[in-house]
Amino acid sequence: MKYMSEYRDPEVAKAYLEEIKKTVTQPWSIMEVCGGQTHSLVKNGIIDMLPKEVTMIHGPGCPVCVTPLNIIDKAIHLALEENVILCSFGDMLRVPGSKKNLLEAKAEGADIRILYSPLEAVRIAEDNPDKEIVFFAVGFETTAPANALSVIHAHRKELKNYSILASHVLVPPAIKAVIDDEESKIDGFLAAGHVCTIMGNAEYHPLSATYKVPIVVTGFEPLDVLQGILMVLKQLEGSKAQVENQYSRIVKEEGNPEAQKMIHKVFEIKNQIWRGIGEIPESGYQVRPEYADFDANRKFKIEIPEAPENPDCISGQIMKGLKKPFECSQFGKKCKPTNPLGAPMVSSEGACAAYYHFSGLVEA
Amino acid sequence: MQLQCPMPKLDFDVINLGHGSGGVLTNKLLDSGVFDLLSNPILDERHDGAIFELEGKMAFSTDSFLVSPIFFPGGNIGELAVNGTVNDLAMCGAIPKYLSLSFIIEEGLKVTEFWKILVAIKGACEEAGVQVVTGDTKVVEKGKGDKIFINTSGIGSIHSKAKISSKNIKVGDKIIVSGNIASHGMAIMSVREGLEFDSEILSDTIHLNHTIKSLLDTFGEHIHLLTDPTRGGIATVLKETAQSINLGFDITQRDLPIDNQVSSACELLGLDPIYVANEGLFIAFVDESIAVDFLEMLQKDENGKHAKIIGSATEEHPRQVIMESAIGGKRVVSMLPGEQLPRIC
Repeated sequence: MKYMSEYRDPEVAKAYLEEIKKTVTQPWSIMEVCGGQTHSLVKNGIIDMLPKEVTMIHGPGCPVCVTPLNIIDKAIHLALEENVILCSFGDMLRVPGSKKNLLEAKAEGADIRILYSPLEAVRIAEDNPDKEIVFFAVGFETTAPANALSVIHAHRKELKNYSILASHVLVPPAIKAVIDDEESKIDGFLAAGHVCTIMGNAEYHPLSATYKVPIVVTGFEPLDVLQGILMVLKQLEGSKAQVENQYSRIVKEEGNPEAQKMIHKVFEIKNQIWRGIGEIPESGYQVRPEYADFDANRKFKIEIPEAPENPDCISGQIMKGLKKPFECSQFGKKCKPTNPLGAPMVSSEGACAAYYHFSGLVEA
Repeated sequence: MQLQCPMPKLDFDVINLGHGSGGVLTNKLLDSGVFDLLSNPILDERHDGAIFELEGKMAFSTDSFLVSPIFFPGGNIGELAVNGTVNDLAMCGAIPKYLSLSFIIEEGLKVTEFWKILVAIKGACEEAGVQVVTGDTKVVEKGKGDKIFINTSGIGSIHSKAKISSKNIKVGDKIIVSGNIASHGMAIMSVREGLEFDSEILSDTIHLNHTIKSLLDTFGEHIHLLTDPTRGGIATVLKETAQSINLGFDITQRDLPIDNQVSSACELLGLDPIYVANEGLFIAFVDESIAVDFLEMLQKDENGKHAKIIGSATEEHPRQVIMESAIGGKRVVSMLPGEQLPRIC
């Protein structure tokens, strides 16, 4: 399959690595914002191929990891309701809530369906008029258009039994929060290519200019990531700080205006809690009042008390790039993918799980 | 092979609890064709169990089949149940002979569907050269099963030249995979509710015993281990084996045979093909000295035309499987904590 093998060519990879080695003259820390990039880095063994001057720091860009504990608890609560079918993306199912996860709720009898598309959930709602269908709408700007579209479809079809439990997070405010953190030592960023496919690059220019930090919009194939790293390093070594687009085969400067329209029709911006990090101003989406009937939060009025996170989990420090997974005292001990203390150990895009599976630091 | 056996005329369309009661309805169901379809002298005795003679060293294996949906591109649960146990026996170096066959049916299963499964069982048995000699049928209430579950157990005599044990694997042994990986798992995935996608991906369910027999005839004890990477895919089998013998394995991602459509589907769904289930596939650990000849012979077989050497055994990193990625980086291959869950993005 050409579009895959082309971006995994070992000879081209070698050439990029040579150039990276030639470019680097001093230590640099680069954050890949997106969990998909973390996954690619670790799965392809890229981290160990980079010169020792280059430190990759794994950012907060795993939607599974940053979905607030309280929302997970709400989803579990809803799923266990007699009349509810909860639809979700697959990797949300193992994320620990305060007492259990969705897989355990499923074992208790909850009707939970793994889907790839929220539109499929709309179809399930049409087929099951006696049931309440709730789609667990999680993700970055990438999944927001399809989630918004599901609401628009359900509205058009006048469905009374479809709603979404939205927990959307936005990348640019998170980058800002990471840079603003006093302990942060990040010199440059790989921005998430798929997010920019939707939203474009506009929001990144002021960030790069204000904080004097290179931001390269980067894809997910191994050669994308290597080229992105090289582009950041060239800027850093040349004392430049601008937004560049490595992923130009997909990302347009203005993004996808149609998708943006859909997002803004259904969602509005709000302050959002990021699990492990805390509240980041204007970093999330909530359903607009016009579509309140399709907002599970309003529809079901569930009050779940805030539960404390596991005190042993340092996921916040990991997602802000302050610590590496293996620097956590519980990594591979109390905290494993079979018994995660925090979300980064769950999804393969979570930094802890990626290290656990692919790095050989523990016997998995 | 598609067998065309006309379905007997029956006065019921769906199977109900009574068909598992052991009474009149059970007999009606079985007499309607099950016994005729699978007929052989031992089964035809219709005794509580099968009575037969065996000589020499034996292998004995059992497996339960719960696949959903029960009909999938490339096969159905019936042939899967026969091939699965036949292949488990073949992996022991055995020539499979006799099977037991148990059905747990959820009431409401259509008789036409049951018949289709039976016909597939008959076909798979004939092709593999095994006989069903004893069996059982139970029916559970609606909601307490998933259409039909099948258990098969099998017995077979060990090939005179076979000496299969993970303990025989030594440094330098070549690891050979017999065909394209991940086809079965992705064929099932392509028809699962909520995940359906259009493709021509077919399950690779097939009996491997004839292929294995001819390899054993030729290479005998130079074949150190045979194993079929069903659930958990090739990654899980390799890791389990490495852990059990205190050697490490080096494998190369570029050498893994995989069909283009399967590879694309895995990519699209965010699944790693090395963890996806296989059916008509085996992994052989063979002596370095015969690896090339083994591969050549296997590639001439219908079940091995995509076979490839994917790696070798090493003492460098005991208990670990290390894969060289497509771009030349290294990563460890570990076991999954549970079912592989599709990723968000």
